Amino acid sequence: MHLKRYRFFDVGADHYYYNDYANDVTLTDMVQRSYMPALQTLLQLCENNNKQFKVAFSISGVTLEQLEIYASEVIVILQKLNKTGCVEFIAEPYSHGLSSLANEKCFVEEVKRQSKKIKELFGKKPTILRNSSLLYSDEIGEMVNKMGFKAVLTEGAKQILGWKSPHYLYHCANAPKLKLLLRDYKLSDDICLRFNNNSWSEFPLTASKYTDWLSSLPEGENVINIFMELQAIGVMQPLDSNILEFFKALPQEAAQRGIRFATPSEIVKENDSVAPLEVPYPLTWNDEERDTSSWLGNDLQREAFNKLYSVAERVYMCNDRRIKMDWDYLQGSANFRFMNTKSSAENMNRGIYESAYDAFTNYMNIIADFIKRVDALYPEGIENDELNSLLTTIRNQDDEIKILETKLGNALAALEHFNQPEDKEAANKDTAVAKNELGAKEKKVTTKKAKKTASKKSKKKGSVVENKKAKPTN
Amino acid sequence: MKVLMFGWEFPPHILGGLGTASYGLTKGMSQQEDMDITFCIPKPWGDEDQSFLKIIGMNRTPIVWKDVDYNFVKERLGDGADPQLYYNQRDHIYGDFRHIHTNDLGCVEFSGKYPDNLYEEINNYSIVAGVVARQQNYDIIHSHDWLTYPAGIHAKQVSGKPLVIHVHATDFDRSRGNVNPTVYGIEKNGMDHADHIMCVSELTRQTVINKYHQDPRKVSTMHNAVSPLAPEVQAIPEVHDPKEKVVTFLGRITMQKGPEYFVEAAAMVLKRTKNIRFVMAGSGDMLDEMIRLAAARGIADRFHFPGFMKGKQVYEILKSSDVYVMPSVSEPFGISPLEAMQCNVPSIISYQSGCAEILSKCIKTNYWDIHAMADAIYSICSYPALYKYLREEGKKEVDAITWEDVGLRIRKRYEETLKYYYNN
Repeated sequence: MHLKRYRFFDVGADHYYYNDYANDVTLTDMVQRSYMPALQTLLQLCENNNKQFKVAFSISGVTLEQLEIYASEVIVILQKLNKTGCVEFIAEPYSHGLSSLANEKCFVEEVKRQSKKIKELFGKKPTILRNSSLLYSDEIGEMVNKMGFKAVLTEGAKQILGWKSPHYLYHCANAPKLKLLLRDYKLSDDICLRFNNNSWSEFPLTASKYTDWLSSLPEGENVINIFMELQAIGVMQPLDSNILEFFKALPQEAAQRGIRFATPSEIVKENDSVAPLEVPYPLTWNDEERDTSSWLGNDLQREAFNKLYSVAERVYMCNDRRIKMDWDYLQGSANFRFMNTKSSAENMNRGIYESAYDAFTNYMNIIADFIKRVDALYPEGIENDELNSLLTTIRNQDDEIKILETKLGNALAALEHFNQPEDKEAANKDTAVAKNELGAKEKKVTTKKAKKTASKKSKKKGSVVENKKAKPTN
Repeated sequence: MKVLMFGWEFPPHILGGLGTASYGLTKGMSQQEDMDITFCIPKPWGDEDQSFLKIIGMNRTPIVWKDVDYNFVKERLGDGADPQLYYNQRDHIYGDFRHIHTNDLGCVEFSGKYPDNLYEEINNYSIVAGVVARQQNYDIIHSHDWLTYPAGIHAKQVSGKPLVIHVHATDFDRSRGNVNPTVYGIEKNGMDHADHIMCVSELTRQTVINKYHQDPRKVSTMHNAVSPLAPEVQAIPEVHDPKEKVVTFLGRITMQKGPEYFVEAAAMVLKRTKNIRFVMAGSGDMLDEMIRLAAARGIADRFHFPGFMKGKQVYEILKSSDVYVMPSVSEPFGISPLEAMQCNVPSIISYQSGCAEILSKCIKTNYWDIHAMADAIYSICSYPALYKYLREEGKKEVDAITWEDVGLRIRKRYEETLKYYYNN
């Protein structure tokens, strides 16, 4: 999501933070240059190779939303791919954000929401998870395990593997049931970073050369995980570099050398873990360091991150649709990446921003407005726990009213049944009366409940309840 | 290597950035052991630091032969001057300059400032330079800014030594494009005669190439640096009111410095917040207009004009500032943000400033973009993380920019120029 230029004098005045034009243009451009040709080729591969070619997709909920708005043809082709049976969809946080580092509740909620969206679109609930940019640590592993996922995809980074090979299945040190699939960054980057680089010693890379490398791996190294962004085809490697031809030739070349394709869940099913893998510090596929430093490397980024997640609990509790939506969009990890000040990021594309400070300023202004809106939902003085219990009471109250309403409805129906033998006019009158009665009773019920709760709490808290009181009658 | 330099200002008696730059530059160069610098200025006061170079006062150099007694000369020149030099110079008077007004020593009186008869003073400076150029021994001539270009050309014609000129500013910067034809003529003439042109930024270099039609091959960029803070400056305490932030503009209040953009940005910020004060220190021809503008915007209660600051006062005001803003419309280099960053003050500078080319730990905006400027001021004042980051990283960055490195680069240019000069 591209944020728009948001000055501090917009705070409190303008609650729309996005640059729709940029979103439309960049996404359509990306779809035309990369997603459509790439997916069409993958579709051909899935259809033509006797179900030998397999591929898995991980798409964030926000991206799916954007595709639905600006490029629904991508969703259609993904559904076609899904029908071939060679494709698996993977769960990830809805926002492509960093909630796994900040707030467990939010993380779980987001992942569930994205899984639900995948199920709606493609009919199957994901069983494998990949966090934003392959972000993973032992703690995240525990959370993911609790959610019931079978495996997580992450980076086969040198600092955690050491002498070990990424070509095996591992498991989480804190949750042995959760398997880890590690990206082979060398073999992945050969395709997505170096394919078209003519100063690379292996240039040009052909499918037969690539599969030769795979088949010459030591015995027992059975699992080779190749993950990359979809824009590797068409954007990072332009189409005229013959990247599509490379992919088209892969299945045959692989079959000749006895190499099979598999989706992550097939791998987890067919292989056993060889060892636990300890990842005390978060790991990602970003930069040379493979850590979170490109998002949270400097004080600016950490400040923005802390400010955003300081309202996580409140956002989690609220029901405001706009706030929930903004929450998804504001969490996007790119927002933090734009504030990167590492020397390797000097020439990075910062979107509309001229510098890291510009990115920080703009984002903080937006956050300031967002936090104001969140704070306006509930009085600031109340502790989150207390607020939560109050909200539960209110919600329960809703249910209770519904039960009472149905009971009342039944009673009225019975009454009507009792009066049926009389003439129509009378019956009409009766129902009118009954309706009035219903209205009156409903009001009574509400006020009673409201009074009860209000009397229990102090004045301030009473006002929360009153705010919400209108809801049941609406 | 012996260098004959022509300058107009030298600390401690300075009027603008030129003097500061001349000092830093020569001090940086003098770190090289075999570097021997002779620096000519119109009017030395006698308290200049001569530990690392030799200063020649143009007002002590005779151009009319006078038969004077040694003791009389000694008495008249005062401390810090060598009477023998006077006699040596007297031997090199090369023409009859009795039509020029001189004193009892045969020397021209210089104001050393920028008086109304500046052209006359420049001309006299160049006449005196002829004597200096004949008397001194040197390998290369280095002229600082347009006032001394004619002197440089004269010295080159007398000695046949190559001329390097140092462009600290051009008239395009000073006038926002409406150049004074006489000044332009002097500048262009100097550049045409120069064997090498050093510009304080790429911005200036492009002006020199495009507006003065110079061959890009002989024009190079030589960014300024900043001298480390003196211990007594470091000792000045930082005074911060926790409830109020201070945003400072410091410099001549003239068209070139873009003061009106600062006032407009301040008005925008103050519409939103009340806990920020703005200070516009300095004087200049636009001061009255700025006072009126601040009043018209209704921010006069939060907008202050303390007037011209000098010496220690500059650092006192910097050290109690939370943000430093330099919205210059056209700034060849602009040393003041570097000084602010040395004092741990986050800076906002315009892209139209030469120093923007070498600074990255500061916020840059276009000078006309008052929205961006207001936003930047507001965010430094309201987001502690940004303030802290710019404060610490900015200090680190600016501490790594030293005159010594600049001196080495100048040395390299000299050597290239000499090689080219004698081989072609």
